[in-house]
Amino acid sequence: MSEPTPATAHQFETLEQQRESDILGMWAFLATEVLFFGGLIMCYTFARFSYPQAFAAASHHLYVSYGGPNTAILLCSSFTMALAVRAAQLGQRKALVGFLIPTILFGLGFLVVKGFEYRTDYVEQLVPRFRFHWDGPEAGHAELFFWLYFVLTGLHALHVTIGIGVLTIVAILGWRGRITAQNHMTAEVAGLYWHFVDIVWVFLFPLLYLIGHR
Amino acid sequence: MNLHLFPEQASEIARESDWLFWALTALSALVCVLVFAPLVWFAIKYRRGRKVNRDFNEGNTWKIEVTWTLIPLFLTMGIFAWSAEVFFRMENPPPGALEVNVVGKQWMWKLQHAEGAREINELHIPRGKPVKLTMTSQDVIHDFFVPAFRTKQDVVPGRYTTEWFTPTKVGRYHIFCAQYCGTSHAAMIGTVYVMEPHDYERWLVQGSPEPLAKQGEALFHSLGCSGCHGPTSKIHAPPLEGVYGHLVPLETKEFVLADDRYVRDSILLPASQIAAGYQNLMPSFTGHISEEEIMEIIAYLKSIANKTPEGYAK
Amino acid sequence: MNADESNYLSEHSVRSWLLTTDHKRIGILYLLSIVVYFAIAATAAALMRIQLLSPHSDLVLPETYNKLFTLHGVLMVWFFLIPSIPAVLGNFVIPMMIGARDVAFPKLNLISWYLFNIGGLCALYAVIWGGVDTGWTFYTPYSTTYANGHVVTMIMGVFIAGFGSILTGLNFIVTIHKMRAPGMTWFRLPLFIWSLYSTSLILVLATPVLAITLLAITVERLWGVGIFDPNLGGDPVLFQHMFWFYSHPAVYIMILPGMGVVSELITCFSRKRIFGYHFVAFSSLAIAVIGFLVWGHHMFVSSQSVYAGMVFSILSFIVAVPSAIKVFNWTATLYKGSISYDTPMLYAFGFIGLFTIGGLTGLFLAAIAVDVHLHDTYFVIAHFHYIMVGGMVLSFMGGLHYWWPKITGRMYPEVMGRIAALTTFVGFNLTFFPQFLLGYLGQPRRYHAYPPEFQIFHIFSTAGASILGVGYLMPLFYFLWSLKYGQRAPANPWQATGLEWQTPSPPPRENFGKIPIITEAPYDYHPEVEQAKPELQHV
Repeated sequence: MSEPTPATAHQFETLEQQRESDILGMWAFLATEVLFFGGLIMCYTFARFSYPQAFAAASHHLYVSYGGPNTAILLCSSFTMALAVRAAQLGQRKALVGFLIPTILFGLGFLVVKGFEYRTDYVEQLVPRFRFHWDGPEAGHAELFFWLYFVLTGLHALHVTIGIGVLTIVAILGWRGRITAQNHMTAEVAGLYWHFVDIVWVFLFPLLYLIGHR
Repeated sequence: MNLHLFPEQASEIARESDWLFWALTALSALVCVLVFAPLVWFAIKYRRGRKVNRDFNEGNTWKIEVTWTLIPLFLTMGIFAWSAEVFFRMENPPPGALEVNVVGKQWMWKLQHAEGAREINELHIPRGKPVKLTMTSQDVIHDFFVPAFRTKQDVVPGRYTTEWFTPTKVGRYHIFCAQYCGTSHAAMIGTVYVMEPHDYERWLVQGSPEPLAKQGEALFHSLGCSGCHGPTSKIHAPPLEGVYGHLVPLETKEFVLADDRYVRDSILLPASQIAAGYQNLMPSFTGHISEEEIMEIIAYLKSIANKTPEGYAK
Repeated sequence: MNADESNYLSEHSVRSWLLTTDHKRIGILYLLSIVVYFAIAATAAALMRIQLLSPHSDLVLPETYNKLFTLHGVLMVWFFLIPSIPAVLGNFVIPMMIGARDVAFPKLNLISWYLFNIGGLCALYAVIWGGVDTGWTFYTPYSTTYANGHVVTMIMGVFIAGFGSILTGLNFIVTIHKMRAPGMTWFRLPLFIWSLYSTSLILVLATPVLAITLLAITVERLWGVGIFDPNLGGDPVLFQHMFWFYSHPAVYIMILPGMGVVSELITCFSRKRIFGYHFVAFSSLAIAVIGFLVWGHHMFVSSQSVYAGMVFSILSFIVAVPSAIKVFNWTATLYKGSISYDTPMLYAFGFIGLFTIGGLTGLFLAAIAVDVHLHDTYFVIAHFHYIMVGGMVLSFMGGLHYWWPKITGRMYPEVMGRIAALTTFVGFNLTFFPQFLLGYLGQPRRYHAYPPEFQIFHIFSTAGASILGVGYLMPLFYFLWSLKYGQRAPANPWQATGLEWQTPSPPPRENFGKIPIITEAPYDYHPEVEQAKPELQHV
């Protein structure tokens, strides 16, 4: 199969150097994201140790019936993403797009479920400052839990949205034949990002939803 | 022109702090000489254009490197250990110290002696006796700094911090706020008056102040605490005689020490720690009691810490 | 500029500057930006020093004074010191030093510059529209609940600029890992690269934590969340932990690049290989790593536990050791060298002297019992200015003078350079040494007025500041002068080793015609050979 030799950006001497740089760049970027989410999770951990009862009570108001399926959806999406990257490495254009589409759909599904969940939180008056009502003791600490919940899951959802956008672009590039066995780093780098977004959720889910015995 | 280069040394710990300071100064001077002398010497001797022997085989440098790594390391560990020991004593007031409560607020210091005397921006204390300050802030973080004593501690809202010293010299010394707290931070200053003990005793009883514990007992009734915590109460609330300074069992099966923090949290955030065998019934007094009043209640509870509850049905 | 050859400066259009992806032009863009922020922050300092000439001066209102020191801190830390050497000299020099044509992600590099300036404009907006008086440290609950002013706007400025920092660090890490010329192994890299690599690690790992901390203050200030304000159930000391977890490593972002420059200057101007290359290289990494573990030394009197204090104290002593190793190694490098007193070397000598004093006074602060007395006094101000100005600013000036011929193709006037260096050195010491004494006497920081017995020290300090100001202004004028009238520079005016000197001055857009292959260790100087050659004996 004859493909045009992909262009190397001017600062690189070889395509291999470009590829390695892109991968390392994404890993370095993910390191900053780990510290970003990590800082928030540290805040959360500190607050949880300070107010264990309030946080446990607040956590019980979250629905594992939303969070659980969302976890499953993201894990499946990581699986299809990995298959898509493999297809890219093997130069299989149709398989690449064929696996990216379900990944994007899973991502959208995650956001839809999240949307329903946020709506439920709104109806049940669990949105801090804007619509919050708490019957038990320590209302202030319960409200702090929900602040952290919305900021953590909201930032995560933002990352998922950005990821969907990135994957859409990768799918379009793949459909146009611009991703080949020699030049597949766009897919690989996008894959790294998507897996990271998945891993963050894998941490958030037990931290937020599974406090105390359920 | 009055040129002071050295602050007055007016507390016991000030002497020790200064010994450390001057040891560090001597060490620093030594290092400076050991670095600057060769620097200047080489800069002159090996100035470009001078005919000098420049043959140099660097060879294996690691021996000298390790030497000048380990020696500073040992020296710094020595200073660390010395300093840590002094600090440990700075943080542990001896029992039986004179107790003074301090409330900092923008931009003044309010002080209460246990015997009842109140002061604003001034602290009168006797020479030769340890004094322990229990401090909190009404608003932002402040810091109670007495340079002549070489002591300092942040004064934090929402918690108690302590600072102690034993003054050794009669005189007047600056109090500075040493944590930026807003517009008049620089004006939040005061004076410590160290007096001879008999002068202090005389000063203390001026105006016949009521001891803090008595003021606290009056508050205990006027704020309604005795309504639940008294012997004739219909509400099942724990009696408070013999509580302060002892361990309290909690509903969560843990034990907590009933110290100043515990009393303050019980008044402001009663739901956070429920005593074993009791329910979460106590209302919060947040907004209804000032920091000084909380300290008066604490003084009262300290005064009944060794009593047993009377009149309670067993 | 040689009219026959084109170089990276040839194209003159505004568009070619504002949309450039050339690392060399981006370095210059950063230089222009930081000079502006420095000028504003230095003016604030001048006003403060004049106010402090008398114990109860009326020059500015107390609230204005507080806004001035906040402005000074925010602009100097985030908009001058942190970008200075990395974004100006690092951007310009790193690719050439390692034999590359540009950084790994040139477009990201340009985006960094725009983020940096958007952040800066936010901060300036906050200043012009009324100012912020929280101090650059934004301690809670003052900043979340009590302070008036445009706190959120200023914080957003720092937040946005922080992303610029992260992207720069990311760019450098990938560039240094992946774009070294053939034969340029890790241990053949100049030490400037090692220190910028260590700096980039900190930029990438610490800055996100600052971002979260700033976000937390914003959320609490706007919507009363209750993370830090005890009236809302929060913990004000938690803020300090989060803030200093970033801000302590940040000070190493501010000094490591300077140390890297000094390694280049000492070797070149004593014509000698660095003493103990490996130790100096690894000491940069050690500083970066251990620097993450000492943040609590800013909180010895904050009500953190005694045992936490002990741990932070011992680690703070340990982190001093790698810096000491560098100082010893630089001094040893001079032995049997061939030393000239060119302007960059004068700044390097100044650095070693002042950084040594600054670092030693850090030991006073690491000694926890002594810190109790010195914390939040002028002693701390003197300590960090010795490192930031005596260290970092001097090394920045040294590096700027050293690479100026390469950047512009012109020589600066050497005599003026030396006079400015000496003026800066004298002015600096007169400004800040009295502050050690002030601090020991007990004068706290951030005071617009003070008891009269401290006045004499303040007078010396302000006098010194006026001399220091002259030392700063001189280079501004003669650098600008040199652009038009300076002697044209050859490719390698200092006869230095290092790949950046193998290119013309100024270099072409692509840096190298053909990427070189490296076969030798760095700093391949031979002073004993050179002393036989009179043509190399310029002093």
